[in-house]
Amino acid sequence: MRAHTKLFIAAGLLVGLVLALLLSPLASSAPDGLEKVAAEERFDGTVRDHDLAGSPLADYGVRGVDNGRLSTGLAGVIGVLLTFGAGIALFAGSRALRARAHSPSGGRAAGQPS
Amino acid sequence: MHVPDGFFNAGTSVAAGAVAAGTVTVCLKKASAELNDSAAPLAGLTAAFVFALQMLNFPVASGTSGHLLGGTLAAVLVGPWAGTLCVALVLFVQALLFADGGLTALGLNVVLIAIVPAFVGFAVFRLLRRALPANPGAVVGASGFAALVSVPTAAAVFAVLYGIGGAVDLSFGALLGAMVGVHVLVGIGEGLITAAVVSAIVATRPDLIYGATDLRYRPVTARGAEVAP
Repeated sequence: MRAHTKLFIAAGLLVGLVLALLLSPLASSAPDGLEKVAAEERFDGTVRDHDLAGSPLADYGVRGVDNGRLSTGLAGVIGVLLTFGAGIALFAGSRALRARAHSPSGGRAAGQPS
Repeated sequence: MHVPDGFFNAGTSVAAGAVAAGTVTVCLKKASAELNDSAAPLAGLTAAFVFALQMLNFPVASGTSGHLLGGTLAAVLVGPWAGTLCVALVLFVQALLFADGGLTALGLNVVLIAIVPAFVGFAVFRLLRRALPANPGAVVGASGFAALVSVPTAAAVFAVLYGIGGAVDLSFGALLGAMVGVHVLVGIGEGLITAAVVSAIVATRPDLIYGATDLRYRPVTARGAEVAP
């Protein structure tokens, strides 16, 4: 990958982290469009609690961090980094699998420096 | 628009899960076939960025908020196949780690928030690009308008699915009107955010935008960077 592209990815990730850390605590906490319509049209009564409602990052907060804004911001940072890592694993993995499937000798595997 | 557990009957949830799984499988094949070596980090960045933007709920009307769905943005940036995967991955992370979007509703959410916005948005984007002149401004405008259209479209698909397998019997017309009405407003925010992000990338690295690969301007800078030691 070219140096320019690496720089672009680093800068993009940094912007995403800043948005998650600093802006997400200021986001509107009003019900979203679907929640609003569900309340107005009265079909929100069937909602069940999330099966993982007790998880340490539930509802975009870090359990144990009492400051609400910091808790939300940190949860955002964790989410951005995990999603970035999972995305790279998913796409690199699928490309590697494809490369292996298309070259039984393994001669032209993905990830080889070009 | 994340659907929680309990809104839909089991049959509809399972059927949506099957559609989602099948579509994701096809997307994995198509995406890995068409993307180059920079694709994995770029797609990872796209997914991470959509995650961040989905946390930023903006007010749309009195007592109502909305946030980016991101399907159109992701499809314009990395193509509809990889873009769908990016948003599906975000939904997966949200449901498993952040308790947002029901586990039994994961398939429904992948259909409504990843597949429909990515493919509808990309189709509208392509149509507009054909009708407009081939320049950076058209890429920005087309992506913004396509993103706007994608949100009420997803809201309409929700109403149709709820008519098929919702837990409560409702007037389809009233639900459709209410869902599309509020989500046109959310769509305006979606369009503005999408246009802003695409505009920033068009200004810096237009060559990295899947939906702008036909624009071969500034080739000297791009090639120059490649051969520089």
